[in-house]
Amino acid sequence: MSKHHTPPSGVSVWLGLKDNVFTQQKTVRFGDASAVNSGRFYSILTVVILLSAWGIASALGMLESFYWPSVNATLTRMGKLLSEGFRNVAFWDHIGISVFRVLGGVLLGALVGIPLGLAMGLSSIARGLFDPIVEFMRPIPPLALIPLIILWFGIDETAKIFLLFLASLFIMTIAARSGVNSVKITKVHAAYSLGASRTQILFHVILPNALPEIFTGLRTAMGVCWGTVVAAELVAADKGVGSMIMIAKNFLQTDTVVIGIMVIGLIGYTIELGMRYLERLLIPWQGKG
Amino acid sequence: MSGIVADNISMVFTLPNGDQVHALNNVNLNVKDGEIVSVLGPSGCGKTTLLNIIAGFLRPTSGKIIRENMEVTGPGSDRGMVFQQGALFEWMTVEKNIAFGPKMAGRPAAETKRKVDELLQIVGLQDFGKKPVYQLSGGMQQRVALARCLANDPEVILMDEPLGALDALTREKMQSLVLKLWKETRKTIILITHSVEEALFLGERLIVMAPRPGRILREYELPFADRGLVESPRQIKASHEFVETREEVLSLIWGMEEEIMGNDQELEPA
Ligand SMILES: Nc1ncnc2c1ncn2[C@@H]1O[C@H](COP(=O)(O)OP(=O)(O)O)[C@@H](O)[C@H]1O
Ligand SMILES: [Mg+2]
Repeated sequence: MSKHHTPPSGVSVWLGLKDNVFTQQKTVRFGDASAVNSGRFYSILTVVILLSAWGIASALGMLESFYWPSVNATLTRMGKLLSEGFRNVAFWDHIGISVFRVLGGVLLGALVGIPLGLAMGLSSIARGLFDPIVEFMRPIPPLALIPLIILWFGIDETAKIFLLFLASLFIMTIAARSGVNSVKITKVHAAYSLGASRTQILFHVILPNALPEIFTGLRTAMGVCWGTVVAAELVAADKGVGSMIMIAKNFLQTDTVVIGIMVIGLIGYTIELGMRYLERLLIPWQGKG
Repeated sequence: MSGIVADNISMVFTLPNGDQVHALNNVNLNVKDGEIVSVLGPSGCGKTTLLNIIAGFLRPTSGKIIRENMEVTGPGSDRGMVFQQGALFEWMTVEKNIAFGPKMAGRPAAETKRKVDELLQIVGLQDFGKKPVYQLSGGMQQRVALARCLANDPEVILMDEPLGALDALTREKMQSLVLKLWKETRKTIILITHSVEEALFLGERLIVMAPRPGRILREYELPFADRGLVESPRQIKASHEFVETREEVLSLIWGMEEEIMGNDQELEPA
C-alpha cells in the first residue's frame, strides 16, 4: 500500500507556509522559481511589524512631527483632508485632477502613437520619416521637457496634458511598431490566401495580433505618466496630489506630505491592477498563438 | 481547367553574409485538375519553398507558376493554404475563423452561416463553433484550418505538413478526413508530408524530392488514394502492394538521409 496523499489546503497553504498542489510535486526547489511558495505569511509579518513600530513609536512619543507624524496626527489630518479638503480644493479633486491628466495624456498619446507605430511597421516611408524622431526622443526622460513646455504653454492644463501626451506618445509608437513586427507571417499569408485585401489584413489580422503588445505599451505608459504627472505637479501646479504634497511641505505639514505619498503609491498600484484586469478581460488570447 | 504547372522553377536564397542556398533547381511539375499529389523529401530539400512559390508568397529566381494560362504573381483565394500549425486567428472563435474568407469577400451573412454550420458538421466540430480556437486540441485546430480553407471554396488546396504536429492516432483519422474531402469536392490538392505512409495513402501521385540542390528525384503513380475510397485505411496500409512501395520509398529516403548525415559529419571539427 502506498501512502495516500490528500491535496494540501487550508490556511497554512494560503499563507505559503506549507506546499500547495503545484509546489508539493517538486523535488528540485532551489533554482526553480515556480517552486518557491508565496511567503504570504511573511508579507503580512512585514506589514504588521512596520505598522506596530509606527504605533509604538507614536504611543511612546518618540516621533518628531517635523520628520514623521504620529498615527493619531495622521488620522486626524486624514479626517480633516477628507472633510475640508486642502487649500480650498477637495481631497478627491486633488487626486481626480491628477488621474484625469494621466488618462487624458495617455489617451491622446495612444490615439496618435498607435496609428504612427502601425504605419512605421508597415511602410518604409513612415518608418524612414519618423525613425529619427522616435529614436531621438526615446531616451529623453519626459521630466527633462518640463522647462521647455513651461516656456511654451505656461503652467496651465494644456502644459501638463501635452507633457503626458509626449511621455506616452513614444511608448505607444514603439509598442505598436513592435506589435506589427511580431505578427507571425503564416497568419498574414493565410489571410491573403483567403482573399483578404490589405485593409482587411490590417484591421482583422495585424491589429488584433499587435493588441497584446499595444496593451503592454498602455500599461507602461500609464505607469510612466503617473510618475511624470506627480513630478510635474511638484514643479508647477496648484491642484493635484503632487502639488498638494509640495505646498504642504512649504507649510511644514509633514502629515499631509506622508498621506500624499501613500496615496500616490496606492493609486499607482490600483492603476497597474486595473490595467492587468482589463488585459485579461480584453485580450484573453494573449500568448496563446 | 484548374490544374497547376511549375515551369522550370529555381530558387536561390541569398543570405545576409552573401552565401547562397540553392533551395530549388529546375523543378518541373504538372498537377492536373482534381488530382491529389503528395510531396515527400528529407527536411531542407525545398518542399516548403516550392509550396510558397506556388501559393504566390515567394518570387522564384527563375521559372514560373502557371494557372489557367496565367502566370501566378501573388497569393490569391483560388489557392487555399493549410499550414502545419499556428496559422489560425487565435483572437477569433472557431466559427469566425471558418467564416473569414466569405466574410472578407462580402458574402451575405446568412449564406456564410449556413456554410460554416455545414463545414463544422463535416469536420466534426458542431459543438465547438463558439469556442476560441486556442482552447482546442492540435487535431481539432487542424480541422478548423481545413474547414476555413474549404469555406472559401478554392480550386487548389496547398498543404504544408498539415498533420505533422499531430499524434499518430489523430493523424490517421485526419488522413481519412482529407481523403473523404478530396473525394467529395475533387479539389486539386498538393500535400507536403514527411511521413512516407501518409504520402502513399493520400497521393494519386508521389513526388520524391532530394536536397542540395532541391530537386525532384522520382515520381510514383499510386493506386491507394482511389482504393481508400472503398477499402478501409488499415486494410490498405497492411496490403502487400502498399508495404512493398513503402519499403522502396523508405530506402530511397534513407539513402538521402545517410548522405546528409555523412555530410554533416564531414563538417564536424576533428
Ligand atoms: N527565407 C530563406 N532564406 C534563406 N534560406 C532559406 C529561406 N527559406 C528556406 N531556406 C533554405 O532553403 C532550403 C529549403 O528550405 P525549405 O523549403 O524550408 O525545406 P523543407 O520544407 O523541405 O524542409 C533550406 O536549406 C533552407 O535553409
Ligand atoms: Mg518545410
